[in-house]
Amino acid sequence: MEAKLTFKDFNEGLKQGKLSGLKCQGCGELIAQPRILCGKCGGSEFDSIEFAGPGSIQTFTVNYVAAEGREAEAPYIVAIVELDEGPWVMGNIVGLKPEAATIDIIGKRVTLSGVAVFQGDKYSAGEAARPLFKLL
Amino acid sequence: MRKVAIAGAGMTRFSGKQPRTAIELFGDAATDAIRESNIRSQDVQALFMGNFMGDFEEGQAHIQAFAADYLGLARIPANRYENACASASAAIRDAFIWVASGYYDIVLAGGAECATKMGTPLATRTFAMASDSRYEYASGLTFPGVFAMLTHLYARKYNIPLEKLKRQLYQVSINSHYYAARNPKAQYQKELTMEDALKSPMIASPLQLVDCCPFSDGAAVLVITSEDVAKKLTKKPVLIAGVGQASAGNLLSQKEYLPRIRSRELAAAQSYKMAGLGPKDIDLIELHDCFSTAALIALESLGFFPYGTAGDAVEKGETKIGGRIAVNPSGGLKAKGHPVGATGAAQAYEVVRQLRGECGERQVEGARVGMTDTLGGDGGTLCNIILKRGW
Repeated sequence: MEAKLTFKDFNEGLKQGKLSGLKCQGCGELIAQPRILCGKCGGSEFDSIEFAGPGSIQTFTVNYVAAEGREAEAPYIVAIVELDEGPWVMGNIVGLKPEAATIDIIGKRVTLSGVAVFQGDKYSAGEAARPLFKLL
Repeated sequence: MRKVAIAGAGMTRFSGKQPRTAIELFGDAATDAIRESNIRSQDVQALFMGNFMGDFEEGQAHIQAFAADYLGLARIPANRYENACASASAAIRDAFIWVASGYYDIVLAGGAECATKMGTPLATRTFAMASDSRYEYASGLTFPGVFAMLTHLYARKYNIPLEKLKRQLYQVSINSHYYAARNPKAQYQKELTMEDALKSPMIASPLQLVDCCPFSDGAAVLVITSEDVAKKLTKKPVLIAGVGQASAGNLLSQKEYLPRIRSRELAAAQSYKMAGLGPKDIDLIELHDCFSTAALIALESLGFFPYGTAGDAVEKGETKIGGRIAVNPSGGLKAKGHPVGATGAAQAYEVVRQLRGECGERQVEGARVGMTDTLGGDGGTLCNIILKRGW
């Protein structure tokens, strides 16, 4: 059985500014990352969907100590955003200084504003893109 | 299913950087456990070894076969368990199942790690491998970052002012250091003050270094046997009364539950049910305080305090020895140390010592039932084990 959405599809889509996802034909669950079977109902039939981009910040951190190879990126804001359609995605918040990221940004409206790509290291089997969100 | 017991336990001192290999540390802990159990090494029928990152630490994958050989046991089956921080607990649970089934009578289960051999930048990179490499690490998520995000989520979900929560989190670390200062096997044998905590550098907001467990080297090993065998070997066999294990996907897939850890609630329910016991029956718990917030979340998911109130309980002293539930009398991951692949076995080691009444000034008086709680990744693996006196 072949998956409807693979990492490669998701990543290539994201690089073009598209947040790809799946809608389970069995239970209607919306999913913002590749899966081969539905975590809710076990269903295997999905429709491909694209999320619009707006959502709200659920939680975040300002990371000051980056992993090997990513030191130059720190400090940076990692956040979980709940898309208006429901699912959570992880990305970075841009257009906001790290020192200005206090707990008050939780609940704030954001929208997809671009994409950044972790170019990969010797462990990662290549690149991985992530969404960038800006405050609305 | 047969009843299963721990006949003996061994543990190295946990430490920062030291020169010996993970196999050598495992050998020390294993021979101590074998000696204490009054078995001969040749009686061991299988070896289950937790090890998270031997490949990166020492260029040593497939470490379990060489550990068996180092112990003179090259003929027996040996399996490595890689369940991130819950590796040893998964090994112990499987040893329990194999012995309970009657297939084996005597199994060595534990783990070893030399995380400090990597240095902080590579260790930060490799620990992040236990979260989702595609949909989390792309954003630069590190392990302190996982629990930092859970801290903000926790504060918001339970409507606790962050300054208040931070003070409660400092107290979690202060308690751990207090007990570690009384544990000769602990990595940090000194107390921590509120003043020290306030000065600690920010790692991933709102968590500071004082909220984070260290990188550590060490090993811990148990001899797991049927109850019948254990009773012939030792006067104080410790029964494995209940076990539980569950999994979860990345943080994004845990949307409906966070900051609660669903895998913990499933695993704990399994272990309580098997043991026929509940939170009120537990005298002490060694729980997974990899970051201070993780301790609060664990205390609530395990049923010791209502959701959103564990921080208040910590401030009132209810998690100290003599309080409602004795939490991490070993010093916990925070101050005893966290050599990842060994951690679950070290938690069980402490519970065994406590049930036997061997812990000196950090003894939980009259402890009859203890529990371990070990979390791997961002909730990806969760194991609980309930131990009780078998005499």
